[in-house]
Amino acid sequence: MLTFTIRRLLLAIPTLIFIAFVIFMLLLKAPGNPLGDIPLTIPPEVREQMRAALGLDQAWYLRFGLWLYQLGVVEPQVWFDHLFGTSFSVGQQRVISFQSRSPVFDTIGERIPQTLWVVGMSYVVGVLIALPIGIISATRQYSIFDQIGTLISMIGFSVPTFFTGVLLITIFSVNLGWFPSIYNTTLQVNDLASFGQQLRQMAMPVFVLALFNASQISRYMRASMLDNLSQDYVRTARAKGMTERVVVLKHVLRNSLIPVVTVIALGVPSVFGGAIITEQVFKVNGLGQLLIIAINGKDIPMVMTLSFVFAVLIVLFNLIADVLYGVLDPRIRYD
Amino acid sequence: MSLRKSLLGATASLAFASMAMADAHEGERGRDGQLNILYWQAITILNPYLSGGTKDLQAASMILEPLANYDEGGTLVPTLAVDIPTVANGGVSADLTSITWTLKPGLLWSDGTPVTANDAVFTWQYCTAEGGGCAQASKFDGVANVEAVDDATIKVTFAGPTPYPYNAFVANQAPIIQAAQFADCMGAKAPECTAANFGPIGTGPFVVTNFLTNDVVEYAANPNYRDPMKPAFATVTIKGGGDAAGAGRAVLETGEFDYAWNLQLAPDVIQGMMAGGKGEVISGFGTNVERLELNLSDPSAALPEAERSTIAHPHPFLSNPMVREALSIAIDRQLLVDVGYGPAGQPTCNLVPAPAIYNSDNTGCLTQDLAKAAALLDEAGFPVGGDGIRVNADGVRLSILYQTTTNAVRQDVQALVKDAWNSIGVEVELRNIDAGVFFGGDAASPDTYQRFYADVEMFTNNFEGNDPQSYLAQHTCDSMPSPDTQWQGENINRYCDAGYDALVVSMSQSTDPAERAALAIQMNDMLTKDSNVIIPLIHRGTVSARALSLGGVKLNAWDTELWNIADWYRMGE
Repeated sequence: MLTFTIRRLLLAIPTLIFIAFVIFMLLLKAPGNPLGDIPLTIPPEVREQMRAALGLDQAWYLRFGLWLYQLGVVEPQVWFDHLFGTSFSVGQQRVISFQSRSPVFDTIGERIPQTLWVVGMSYVVGVLIALPIGIISATRQYSIFDQIGTLISMIGFSVPTFFTGVLLITIFSVNLGWFPSIYNTTLQVNDLASFGQQLRQMAMPVFVLALFNASQISRYMRASMLDNLSQDYVRTARAKGMTERVVVLKHVLRNSLIPVVTVIALGVPSVFGGAIITEQVFKVNGLGQLLIIAINGKDIPMVMTLSFVFAVLIVLFNLIADVLYGVLDPRIRYD
Repeated sequence: MSLRKSLLGATASLAFASMAMADAHEGERGRDGQLNILYWQAITILNPYLSGGTKDLQAASMILEPLANYDEGGTLVPTLAVDIPTVANGGVSADLTSITWTLKPGLLWSDGTPVTANDAVFTWQYCTAEGGGCAQASKFDGVANVEAVDDATIKVTFAGPTPYPYNAFVANQAPIIQAAQFADCMGAKAPECTAANFGPIGTGPFVVTNFLTNDVVEYAANPNYRDPMKPAFATVTIKGGGDAAGAGRAVLETGEFDYAWNLQLAPDVIQGMMAGGKGEVISGFGTNVERLELNLSDPSAALPEAERSTIAHPHPFLSNPMVREALSIAIDRQLLVDVGYGPAGQPTCNLVPAPAIYNSDNTGCLTQDLAKAAALLDEAGFPVGGDGIRVNADGVRLSILYQTTTNAVRQDVQALVKDAWNSIGVEVELRNIDAGVFFGGDAASPDTYQRFYADVEMFTNNFEGNDPQSYLAQHTCDSMPSPDTQWQGENINRYCDAGYDALVVSMSQSTDPAERAALAIQMNDMLTKDSNVIIPLIHRGTVSARALSLGGVKLNAWDTELWNIADWYRMGE
C-alpha cells in the first residue's frame, strides 16, 4: 500500500504540471484582458504602461516559467520561513495577483475559513442527512417515505441554487427577518451571542447547499443499498435467522458504503472549490467568489494558482478514495 | 404605571424636539456608531494609483484626499487646499504655465505627522516613476515639474500653456499619498508594498482597520481629521460582492445596509424594492452618455484584413448624412429610458450633457419622427425593396450590424432600437460582446470597440472633471484607430473634418470660459445634430440607494460618491 501511494504521488507531479500548462494556455488564448474593466477615460498609452507593469509584455514561456518558479520555489520558502522564522525568501517575489497586487496565497488563506464553515458544513450536513434517507428509502422501497424522499431529491437536484437561495432570502430575510441575507466574513466567534449570529448567517447558505448535496448522495446510497439487498448473502443472512436490523445495518450497509464513500471522497475537493453561485447569492466571499472574480478580471496568477490548488486536491482525494477502498474491502489489494 | 409611562413619553418627545431644534447632526466625532455600505463589486485595492476601478477609487477616497474635489454640481471645491487657484486670484500664472496651491494650515496625516508640500511632490514622482504602471498617469500629462515652494505651497509647472490646470491632485483619481509610507514603493516595486496598498495613511475622515481584498473593508474615524466634530460615524464597513439586485434588496427591503452603490437595475425591479419602505433610491447626473456610434468606414468582411473598417473604404450607406439622421430620429429615446433606465436616465441629444455652461440647446432628436425618417431615406435614394428592406439603385441594402456589450439593459435597448429601425425599412442584426473583450483593447481581437467590425456600436463614455476639452479632442482625424496604430485611438467613427480639428486647436488655446463653452457647444453640435455621426441616446446618471435613517448624503456623479462621507449622519428615529 505504501509503495502504491508513493508511486501515485510521484506520478501526480508531471500530471499537475501538465494541468497547470493547459490552464495557462487556455487563459492565454481566451479573449479578454486584465485591464478590460478600467474606465474608458484612461488613455491607451497609460493602459500600455499598466500592461507592462503586470509583465504582460513578456513572452508566454517566461511568464509560465516565472509562475512555476514562484509557486514551486518561492512559496515553499515563504511557508518554511513562516514556520521556523528563517529568512530564505527575503527579496523574492511571491505569486502576485494582477488585481490586488498582493500575494495570492494570502488571499486564499483569508478565504478558506468561510468556505470551510459554509460549504464544508453543508457537505457534512448533506452527508449526514443523505445516508439515513438512502438507507430507509432502499429498505422500504416504494413506500411513502421513499416517494417523498425521491421527490425532495428531485427538487434539490434540479432546482438551481440561485433560485432556492433568492427564494429563501425573500421568505426569511425580507418577509420574516429571521436570518441576514448577507454573510459577515469579519464576524469573530468568541461568545455564545456571536456563535448564535454565526449560526444564523450560515443557516440559509448551508441549507441550500446541503439540500443539493444530500439529494445527490442519498440517491447513490439508495441505489447501492438496493443492489446489495438482492444479493445472495443477504438471503443467507436472513435464512440464518438474523434480525432485519442486523442484516441491513451490519451486512448490507457495509457493503453498500464502498461506492458511496468514493463518491463522498471525490466530492470533498469541490468543497474547497467553493460554491460559486451560492457564495455570490449570500455574499459569502469564499474561494468560489474569489475564482469567479479572478476569471472575470483575467487575473491570470490568481486563476492559475487556485485551479492548481484544486487540481492538487482532486489528485489527492482520488488517491485517498483508492486507499479507502482497500481499507473497506479486504479483497482489494494494490501490491 | 400608566402615568409614569406617559410622563416618560412626554420627556422623550421633549428630548427629541430639542434635538431636532439643535440640528441633530451636530455633535462629537463618532457619535453615530456604525455605518454599513454595500458595493456589489468588491473592493480590490486601496491605492488609486494602482487601480483604475471606480469602486476602488471610491473606497480609497474615504482615506486619501486630493487638493480639491468636485461637488455634486460639478464645481471645484477645495479639500486640502485653502482655495481654488485661478488666474484672477493669482494662483494660476498669467501665461497659464503654472498653478500654485496652498495647503490648509495644520493638516495632519492619520498617523499624526504633518502634511507638507513634499508629499504632493512625492505623489507626482510616484505616479510618473518608470515601470510603476500608474493608472492615473494621464492626470499628470503635461506636468513638467512639481515643487514644494515651502511646506504649505505646491507649484505645478506645465510644459506649455494649460487652460485647464485642474487635473493633477484634483478629484478622487489623484489624491495625495504620504511620502514616508510609499518611499520604498517607487516604480516596479509598487506592487510589493501590499501593506501600504491595502492600508494607505491618509488625511480623510476614516482610516482602514481591516482589509480583506475583494471582500470587505473596515474603517474607523480618523483621530487626526481636521474637523474635530466629524465624522459622525465611528466605524464604517464596506462589504463587497453579490450583484446589484442583492445590494438593492439589502438596503431597500431588509434594511441590513445603509447605503448601496450603483444599482443598475430595471425600473420595475427598483419600484418593487422601494415598496419595502426601508430606503430610497437616489440619482445624480454627471457626464455619462449612452450613445450609438456610427461607422463611417466599411466594415464588410469581404474586404482584406488591412483595409476592413479603415478610411480606405467609406461606408456604403452610413457615410450618407441623411441616412444617419433618419436613424437618429427614428428612435423614441423616452421609451428607452422608461424601459431600461428609469431614474437613472434622461433622454438627450448631446454628447456633452453637462455642466450647464457646455450644454447645447440641441433637443431636435427628442421627438420620434418615423414619417420624416422614412422620407429622408426615400430622399437619400433608398426606396423600400420587395422584402420590406430599403435598397438603393446600386443594390446596397440598409442592413445594419449593431453591437454592444453583454448587459441586460443594453440588450433591451438594442431590441427597441431594432424595432424602430425595422419599421422604417432598415434591417438590423444584433450582437453582444463580453465587456472585457469589447473594451479590452487587445489589438489581436476582432471584437474590440476600436476595431469596429460592425456598423453601429452602443456604449457609454464620459469625461472626468468638468472640462470636456480632451474628451472632444478624441474626434480629430489623427486619433482614428487603424492597423497602423495597432487599432488604438478614440475616434472610432473614423470621423475626419478639418474644421473640427481647427476648433479643437482653438479650444486648447482659449482661456476665456465663455469662449471655451461656445467652442465646446459648436463641436458637440458638429458631432451630433449636424452630422449624426454620434447619436446620443441617454444621459445616464448614477443610482444608489440609501436607508431612510441615513442623512447628509449628496450623490455626486462628478467625483466619488463618498466625497462628503464626513458629513453623513444617523437621523433620529
